[in-house]
Amino acid sequence: MIATISKRGLRANLLIRDARVVDPAQGIDTRADVLIEKGQIAAIEPAGKGKAEGLEMVEAGGSLLLPGFVDLHAHLRTPGREDEEDIASGTRAAAAGGYVAVCAMPNTDPVVDNAAVLQSLVEASESEAAVRVAFLGSISRAQEGVHLSDMWDLAHAGAVAFSDDGRPVSDGGLLLSAFEAARLVGLPLSLHCEDTDIAGGGVMNEGEVSARLGLAGIPAAAETASVAAALETAAYAAGRVHIAHVSCGRSAQLIESARRAGAQVTCEVTPHHLALTESKIEAGLDSSFKMNPPLRTEADRQALVAALAAGTIDCVATDHAPHASQEKEVPFEEAPFGVIGLETAFPVLYSRLVDTGELALETLIMAMSTNPARAFALPVPALAAGAEANLTLVDTEEEFDIVPDDFKSKSRNTAFAGWRVKGRVLLTLAAGRLAYRRP
Amino acid sequence: MNWHLLSMNDLSRDEIESVLATARKDFLELSKRDIKKVPTLRGRTVIDLFYEKSTRTSTSFELAGKRLSADVINVKADASAVGKGESLKDTVLTLNAYRPDIIVLRHPHVGAPAFISRYTEAHVINAGDGKGEHPTQCLLDIFSLQQEFGELEGLKVAIVGDILHSRVARSNIIGFGKMGMQVRLIAPPALLPRQAAALGVEVSHSLDSLAGVDVIYLLRMQRERHEGANFLPSLREYISNYCVSLRHVGRGQRVLHPGPINRGIEIGADLADSGENLILQQVEAGLAVRMAVMYRIIVDNAAAAAQAEVKNIQAVG
Repeated sequence: MIATISKRGLRANLLIRDARVVDPAQGIDTRADVLIEKGQIAAIEPAGKGKAEGLEMVEAGGSLLLPGFVDLHAHLRTPGREDEEDIASGTRAAAAGGYVAVCAMPNTDPVVDNAAVLQSLVEASESEAAVRVAFLGSISRAQEGVHLSDMWDLAHAGAVAFSDDGRPVSDGGLLLSAFEAARLVGLPLSLHCEDTDIAGGGVMNEGEVSARLGLAGIPAAAETASVAAALETAAYAAGRVHIAHVSCGRSAQLIESARRAGAQVTCEVTPHHLALTESKIEAGLDSSFKMNPPLRTEADRQALVAALAAGTIDCVATDHAPHASQEKEVPFEEAPFGVIGLETAFPVLYSRLVDTGELALETLIMAMSTNPARAFALPVPALAAGAEANLTLVDTEEEFDIVPDDFKSKSRNTAFAGWRVKGRVLLTLAAGRLAYRRP
Repeated sequence: MNWHLLSMNDLSRDEIESVLATARKDFLELSKRDIKKVPTLRGRTVIDLFYEKSTRTSTSFELAGKRLSADVINVKADASAVGKGESLKDTVLTLNAYRPDIIVLRHPHVGAPAFISRYTEAHVINAGDGKGEHPTQCLLDIFSLQQEFGELEGLKVAIVGDILHSRVARSNIIGFGKMGMQVRLIAPPALLPRQAAALGVEVSHSLDSLAGVDVIYLLRMQRERHEGANFLPSLREYISNYCVSLRHVGRGQRVLHPGPINRGIEIGADLADSGENLILQQVEAGLAVRMAVMYRIIVDNAAAAAQAEVKNIQAVG
C-alpha cells in the first residue's frame, strides 16, 4: 500500500493551545495543548501547560481538535478530466474539509487498470498532493466487466482496493474471480452495488416523488439485490468486501446479517444520503440533487443514521464527484450523476446530525477517520504522543454559509449550496505537514 | 395565469375555469367563420421549439398563434443548431435574443420547460416534457368534458393504458382532480408508476373497473418507450386484456383519447369509428384552448411585463 503526499511542505512545528482534543479510538476527550514537532505529536498536555518557546502558536480557544478525516471514495478525475478536478485541487479541497487522506476511484480516462497508469498517478501525487492520496485499481480491464484488470501488478504498485465504481460488475463469475484474486494480495473490493437491469435507466429514487414527476425511478431493490449478491459471493470466496455508498435501510440490514455470519465486510454512507431525501428534487428538478445511488426516502435516511449510530455502517465517504458546470446545467434527466463533498462533509454532518443530537460526535469521528483508515489499511490518524500529525481543528460554534465559489475544488456541483452550518475547518495537518489553514 | 404554464399545478380551479371560458366565449366559434383570424396578438412573437416529433400539438400551437395574428416561428430540433452540439441553454439564450413573447417547448426530458424558463424572459408554455406533463392537453380535455357534461364535479374518469410513460396522464390526474373529478387508473402493473396510489387515485388492473365511470380516457401505447424492456408479456396479451372496444363502453359513457391512436391496440376499430368517442372534438377544442392560453398568458401578465419594462428602461437610462 502506498499513500503519497507531496514532500515539498515542511514538517510542522507548532503548538495548538487550548483545544478540545477528541479521539475516541484513543479514549481521549479533554481540553489540552498539543505540541507538534517535526510533524509529530510531541506532547498532549493539560491546557495552559504547553510550552511554546520559539514555536508558532495556534490559539484554538476550545475548538475541536480531531484525528484527520479519511475519504475512501473520491473521484479526482485524473487522468482525463483535469478540467473538473486534478490531484492538486482535489487534495486541497480535501484539506480544506479536514481530510488528511483521500482514496481516488479508478474510473478515469484511461482507467487505472494497470500498473503504468497507477505509477504515473503516484508520481504526480508526490509533487502535487496536499494530503495523502491513495489509489484504487479497477476490477476489470477498462471497467468493461469482461476481463480482470492487472490486479496483482496494481496491488504491488500501491493500490489500496479495487473497484469498478460507476460501472458495477454485473457478471457474477467475474466478481467471484476478482474476490479470489484480491484475496491473494489482501485487498478489499469496493463495490458500487447496483443491478443496472433493475435500475433500468432510472434517474432518481423510485417512489411517490418519481411517480408525480414522471421521472424514471431506480428502485431500492436495484441496490439491495446487488448488495445481497455481493455479500454472498464475498462470503463464499472468503474475500474482503467494502460496500460503497449504501443508500437504503434494507442494504444496512443485509450487511449486518452478513457480518454476523462472519463475512469480512465494511461499508460507507455519504453525507448527502445522511442529510437529504428525494423530496429535494421535487422543488425544482435541480441537477445538484442527482446522484447514484439516488437520494431516497426519509425512512431510508433515518435508517442510515441509525445504522451509522449502531456501527452497522462503519464509514462515511463523500463520493466526491466533480462535474463541469456545463454538464450539470441541463435538464435533470440529461445531467450526469454526482455531487462534490470533500469540503462540506463534516460541517453538514456535524450540523445536521451531531448538533441536533441524532448522532454522537464520537461516532462521527470514528466513521470519518479511524474506521475508514482501518478499512483500507491506511495510516490511522491518532491524537497521541508520538503519532504523525494527521489532524484537523474545527470550530463548532460559529455558523457560516456554504458558498460554492469559495471551494478549493475545481467544480461547484454541491447539494449544499447556501446551507447555514457549523463545523468550519480551521487547520489541517496531513502526514505532519500543514495542508490547510483558514486565512 | 402565472408568467409560465409549466404544469397543471400552476393553475387553480378558478384559473382553469376562467381560461376555458375565454376559449369558449372568444375562440371556439372562430374556426367556423370564413375569416379565421383575430388581431389579438398582432406584433407578438411566438417561437414553437419542438425537440420531439409532433403533428397535432405543433400544428395546433402554430395555427393558434397564427389565428391570433402573432408572428409564429417553428424551430424543429433536427433543423436547428441542436444537431451541431449546442446545449438547450445556449439555444434558448440565442432565441431569447430575438425577444420572443412566448416560447412553446416540446422536449423529451422532464422539467425542460422549467429549465429554459431560467434563461428567457418570454412566457414558457410546456407543450409536453418527456414523461412529465402536457398541461394544454389537460386543459383541452377538461374543455371537451365541459362541452359534453357541463359540470364536472363528482364525475368519474378511468384513465386506461400506458400510464407509466404518459405525460398526459400525469397532467390529467392533477387537472381532473382540481375539477373535482374522481380518477381511476387501469393498467397492468408494469405500465403504472409503482406508487401510483400516492397520486390520489384509485388503481385497478382490470377493465372490469370501467363499470360506473362517466368517462373512459384511453392512452396511446407508447411502444417507442418500451424498447429494450419487457413491460408486457406480449402485445397480443395486452390487447386481449386492455384494448377497449365498443362492447366495453356502457350507456352514457364517453371516450376520449389524446391521439394519435393505435387502432386495434388500446382502442378497438369499432370504437375509434363510433360516435361514442370525442376524439375529434378534442382536436377542435385544442385549437381554441391554446389560443386562450396564449392570449391569457400575455394579457394576465401585461401589468407585470410593463413593470419589468420600466425597470429595464430605468436600468438602461
